[in-house]
Amino acid sequence: MSTAAGSEYAVELRGITKRFPGVVANSDIDLAVRRGEVHALCGENGAGKSTLMKILYGMQGADEGTISVDGTEVVFRTPGDAIAAGIGMVHQHFMLADNLTVAENVLLGAERLHGIGRRARDRIAELAATVGLVASPSERVERLGVADRQRLEILKVLYRGARTVILDEPTAVLVPQEVDELFATLAAMRAQGYTFLFISHKLDEVRAIADTITVIRRGTSVGTADPATVTNRELAEMMVGSELPTPQTRDSTVTDREVLRVAGLGLADPAGGRDLLDGIDLVVHAGEVLGIAGVEGNGQTELVESVMGMRRGTRGRVLLAGTDVSGATTMARREAGIGYIPEDRSRHALLPEQPLWANRVLGFQSRAPIGRRGLIDRAAARSDTERIVADFDVRTPGIDVTAGALSGGNQQKLVVGRELSGDPVLLVAAHPTRGVDVGAQAGIWSELRRARAAGLAVLLVSADLDELIGLSDTLAVILDGRLVGTADPATVTPEQLGTAMTGATA
Amino acid sequence: MSPKIRSAVLAPVLAVAVAALLCGLALLISGDSPLQAFGVMISQLGSGTVAVDTVNSAAVYYIAALAVAIGFQMKLFNIGVEGQFRVAAAVAAVVGGTLPLPPVLHTLVIIAVAALSGAAWVAIPALLKAYRGVSEVISTIMLNAVATGLIAYLISPDTFGQLVGNNITTPPIEPSGWFPGLALGESGTLFGMILVAAVLGVGYWFLLGRTRFGFELRASGQSPTAAAAGGVNARRMVLIALLTSGAVAGLVGLPELLGRDHAYTLTSPSGYGFTGIAIALLGRNHPVGIALGALLWAFLDKSAVALDVVGTPREIVLIMQGLIVLSVVVAYEVVRRVDLRAEQRRVAAATPTRPRPAEVGT
Ligand SMILES: Nc1ncnc2c1ncn2[C@@H]1O[C@H](COP(=O)(O)OP(=O)(O)OP(=O)(O)O)[C@@H](O)[C@H]1O
Ligand SMILES: [Mg+2]
Repeated sequence: MSTAAGSEYAVELRGITKRFPGVVANSDIDLAVRRGEVHALCGENGAGKSTLMKILYGMQGADEGTISVDGTEVVFRTPGDAIAAGIGMVHQHFMLADNLTVAENVLLGAERLHGIGRRARDRIAELAATVGLVASPSERVERLGVADRQRLEILKVLYRGARTVILDEPTAVLVPQEVDELFATLAAMRAQGYTFLFISHKLDEVRAIADTITVIRRGTSVGTADPATVTNRELAEMMVGSELPTPQTRDSTVTDREVLRVAGLGLADPAGGRDLLDGIDLVVHAGEVLGIAGVEGNGQTELVESVMGMRRGTRGRVLLAGTDVSGATTMARREAGIGYIPEDRSRHALLPEQPLWANRVLGFQSRAPIGRRGLIDRAAARSDTERIVADFDVRTPGIDVTAGALSGGNQQKLVVGRELSGDPVLLVAAHPTRGVDVGAQAGIWSELRRARAAGLAVLLVSADLDELIGLSDTLAVILDGRLVGTADPATVTPEQLGTAMTGATA
Repeated sequence: MSPKIRSAVLAPVLAVAVAALLCGLALLISGDSPLQAFGVMISQLGSGTVAVDTVNSAAVYYIAALAVAIGFQMKLFNIGVEGQFRVAAAVAAVVGGTLPLPPVLHTLVIIAVAALSGAAWVAIPALLKAYRGVSEVISTIMLNAVATGLIAYLISPDTFGQLVGNNITTPPIEPSGWFPGLALGESGTLFGMILVAAVLGVGYWFLLGRTRFGFELRASGQSPTAAAAGGVNARRMVLIALLTSGAVAGLVGLPELLGRDHAYTLTSPSGYGFTGIAIALLGRNHPVGIALGALLWAFLDKSAVALDVVGTPREIVLIMQGLIVLSVVVAYEVVRRVDLRAEQRRVAAATPTRPRPAEVGT
């Protein structure tokens, strides 16, 4: 194949600038991605990584700057244009139709490529081998685990002809073993000439997989780094522009006052399959963090939602400070002092069209200082939002911008700040630092430790094993809707925990 | 704040201007003089009872549009305001014409009956929606058709109605049940129910913007999942929102019933429910916007009569009303984009090309 001049780069972005009301998301960014490399993008929350990728994928138009693919300048108006040029994107939130099969998800909207018959099936099988997807094409997506869904997402963009694949925080939902497998797949595909753009806040991973690292700070590219020689500390300093806070040592603050007790909780599958939860027994004391370790989709979501009253257990009881709340509404449980950080912030924690201060109201609309005799105290909501923005370092032009305009990590900081306000007695936290950068993660951890020292009980679900081990006083492993074992966070390693989570005998 | 108000005002003004322009073109093409036609329409306001009639029917439209807007806030499409208001008016007329009650109480009872009947008529779609997930669009449309049958039954001479001339009507309501208006002599009589419409508007603004109920209503409309996690009972919100919408819809027929007609007849007006949908869109669910939309709509309706005088087809007004709704939708989008552009230029001017180096410190 003849190569055009300058086509050493699969993708080249020059001088990209993008402004939103009140912020410059990208300011004169340069990014050059060689063909056949894994190119990582690093940067703080709100640095402009997702915006840059959305511009490359044709989802948003740049105000200034040019995009070249294989040395030819292009203009993308829609993702369709980008795909036609061989660029595909896998979003952090999967966009699959749960009730369709693997093959149907791939073919949906791409029927014109290879039809829907024999040729399409062959192509899917071929690509399934490439991305390492073992699930049968006729399997329904709702039965797939996260790792398989991710592979299916990659397959989907390859099927549409992508040679360059953007992965926005792909590892946030994976356990260490799955990350290793994903990286093995990426390495194999790289050898076949595929190019990857990879966003992650986990610096170890970035150094493990990337060939080149571009660091973005406050909307502009500050330089590239060689993963072979750069250290985590140097990377973090490039990202933040100053040194990282060092994590503090910790002492146990566990008391013997019981805050949450779950007894014999069971939840039947409405679709008639195996029980989603079965015989769950657990206790969380004041000042204690109970960590739940497990591969996604083993009942964590159901457990959390049962504690919050968004699902009703078919058996068993939930007690808060000795009172049976099994029949109480979500509002009643929140009023009794439960804070809740849901796993899917955009669907469960935020009203994207509403300003930040109105989002502060959500979940607190019935209680002082926000709610008073059926009315909403706007002034109180606004001033407390200002406090959260300052304390949790939410990067935003103001509290009147809509929540949907914040970057992913900054949305998360806002949610954590909100749920820790009003002195909760119990915090139900699913992935509390998902998508936040290393600096903000340390900030959230220290806030959680501070609240714990003041007597907060925390039920913690996380896919980040370092977080789970680092924060928890007690660890329980969940598998297929049952608690199958415990571990001591003082001695267990992430690898051992990962093994226990997949059900292999440790 | 001020740019927000500016774009809120700019868009509808733009829309009306464009609609007028297009109508003018249509008139020109059909060989009429647009200047003459518009001139006659506006000068109508000074003659006879046109001004008062305009305000009176704006009040009716206003209540109808509020009923629709309550549903819109929760992304519920209550197309059944039409059926709800007609059933409510008929039932209220029957009760009001049958029960002998002292003044004031009589009026209040009629109002309460109308609100309850409106709510009752929407209760069926509300329950279906909350417990069975049936689309309220479909069920309320179908109940509009059923309403016609129910009303025919209610006012037939075999049940509660009576034959007067060749019209069928409910027993007339005694003056004790009327809602007194403001007589302006030659110019007509303003409905007293205009006050009720105004109170409803203020109540709507307060309820949605300042109360927990309003917050929960909008939250469930925008993201049912986030609302549920925030402790909002989605099923209850669907029920309350639709019932409130229906109760307000129940009042739509009252200004005319209690201020002018005093009975429900075969020829009692209809269509207000659909007009309400257009006006709620026009006013973007905002209480002031809806009021302006209702006044404009009513003005076009009432002044259309005058067009016959100058030999211009009055159907031009229907075209104009349609064009206004269309251009409002377009104009809001245009103004939104222009504003966004302006804001981005402002940011660009205020920020240096290279961001300042990260601040030192914690
Ligand atoms: N649609 C939008 N409207 C307004 N502002 C936006 C919009 N999208 C992004 N921004 C702003 O642009 C900036 C960059 O956001 P972006 O999502 O690109 O950050 P990011 O680097 O992906 O951060 P994170 O690591 O938190 O995901 C942020 O300040 C954000 O508030
Ligand atoms: Mg992002």
